[in-house]
Amino acid sequence: MSHIAVMAGYGMREALRRKVFLVVLVLTALFLFLFWLANHYVFGELSTIQPPADVFVDRRTFAGAFMFGLAMFATLFLGVVLAVFLTLGVVSGDAERGLLQPLVVRPIGRSALLIARFLGAALVCSAYVLFVYFASMAITGLSGHWWPDRIVTPGVELGCAVIIVTALSLLGSVVLSSTANGIAVFMLFGAGLVAGLLGSIGHALNSHAIKHAAAIAAWVLPFEALYQDALRQITADASGLTGFLLQLGPFGGAYIHGWAIRGWTAAYLVAVGAAALWGFARRDL
Amino acid sequence: MAHALAVSGLAKRYGSVEALKGVDLTVEEGELVGLLGPNGAGKSTLVKIACGLIRQTRGQAHICGAPAGSSAARVRIGYLAELFRFPGWYTADEVLELHQRLAGSGGGPAERKRLLELVALSDARDRRVEDMSKGMQQRLGVAQALIGEPPLLLLDEPTSALDPVGRRTVRVLLEELRRHGTAVLLNSHLLSEIELVCDRVAILLAGEVVAAGTPAQLASPRGVEVETDEGVRTIAGARREDAPRIVAELVAAGRRVYGVRVLTSTLEDTYLEAVGGETS
Repeated sequence: MSHIAVMAGYGMREALRRKVFLVVLVLTALFLFLFWLANHYVFGELSTIQPPADVFVDRRTFAGAFMFGLAMFATLFLGVVLAVFLTLGVVSGDAERGLLQPLVVRPIGRSALLIARFLGAALVCSAYVLFVYFASMAITGLSGHWWPDRIVTPGVELGCAVIIVTALSLLGSVVLSSTANGIAVFMLFGAGLVAGLLGSIGHALNSHAIKHAAAIAAWVLPFEALYQDALRQITADASGLTGFLLQLGPFGGAYIHGWAIRGWTAAYLVAVGAAALWGFARRDL
Repeated sequence: MAHALAVSGLAKRYGSVEALKGVDLTVEEGELVGLLGPNGAGKSTLVKIACGLIRQTRGQAHICGAPAGSSAARVRIGYLAELFRFPGWYTADEVLELHQRLAGSGGGPAERKRLLELVALSDARDRRVEDMSKGMQQRLGVAQALIGEPPLLLLDEPTSALDPVGRRTVRVLLEELRRHGTAVLLNSHLLSEIELVCDRVAILLAGEVVAAGTPAQLASPRGVEVETDEGVRTIAGARREDAPRIVAELVAAGRRVYGVRVLTSTLEDTYLEAVGGETS
């Protein structure tokens, strides 16, 4: 365990010295400021939003859920960027630069090294996601007096989604160069988002074919399922036309995967981790 | 007692390229063995297998009796890679501290201070790696390999970036390590260095050991050169012990002898003969 703590600390110091955290903090502060500004104007002009006279839309719920859904997307995106840049070169990149070899020949061994780098990155990314999630929620709540129907679960699901991306990026670093890995992970992320959005529309319109395709995508890329689940949770109690409009997206979830996808997420993490450890153990350095 | 390093029938294939073709080699406790060969001969591959960085296709490699790459083997080696880098934002002292923790060394600050003195980096203790010259980084790499006093050192081109003074520092260090019983496998292109410090030498060519022995054994006799009133002549195959007899015979035959020189090949001659001038 001490070796794992040493290597996790090594990864943290690397991120600190490379000013990764500084860049992330500055950009996050900028995002939160802009988000506050957007909330300020949206809720300030809430009374001017006029839906058609013959329909009822809860304007505050609609605006709050839409704005907070947008913040959740940004939170996920920033978390994924952080996760990818912390891990995309852990094996191939560091091996190419000659940084890895002096560490791997030490008694720590390859498995502990990879686990340590994963734990360090996962801890940082999930803490970051939770911070931005709750900060965004506070901004929306204090600006517009709207709070999500579920407070904690969506944040935890977003954190787990980023942890999955972290694991995928580490697996990619075992077999791909840093550049190829970065591109691959971001393309997976983008594909997942598109599939999730399509699934939302399919559920709202009750299209079986689209729902089926989205379900497959959710199982293959569970980070997307968790994100959709988190979006749905924030308006879990919304009903009527307000709920329907939110479920159409792009910043509202249409379906809840429930405990099945959460259990699968754990199994998926174990499988990705095992594949990464297996590949790293057999890789020539 | 187990060899510090023992490899037998060691082979490694990269796709269609056979980097090692069944190499046998041992390094005993306190022995300094030099590994020579042209680029691509398989020297670094052999060292990397011994460290557990790459896996052999067939054959065996053991460190102090433990299979190479195993946890038991890794605690017994110190390794300096040919192409390595330490994080640029670490100071020399921090690099050594990190490796102390990973190696489980309890030497603390005293060990770090001693190692930095050994490689003449005492003044650079708090200097960041990114502010060091290549030679300083290489000496820091040597210090890193010595952490925890491993019984076997595997050094892959440890002096390639060093100036003559730096090379001498490392050479003196290697001799001191030998006196303390540390085994060293030294992979180098510098024949003079190998000749000066190594107890035994193995020459690799295309993945095979083509010559091995002590530097004296490899520096074989090449005859005796005699300068007489008829000019200079070379008696091929003659040894040092044959010189008095040759002189006596020439004097008896009425020749005047002005000088006698026993010819031996240098390690460089042996090396060039073994590899046939090959490089890649």
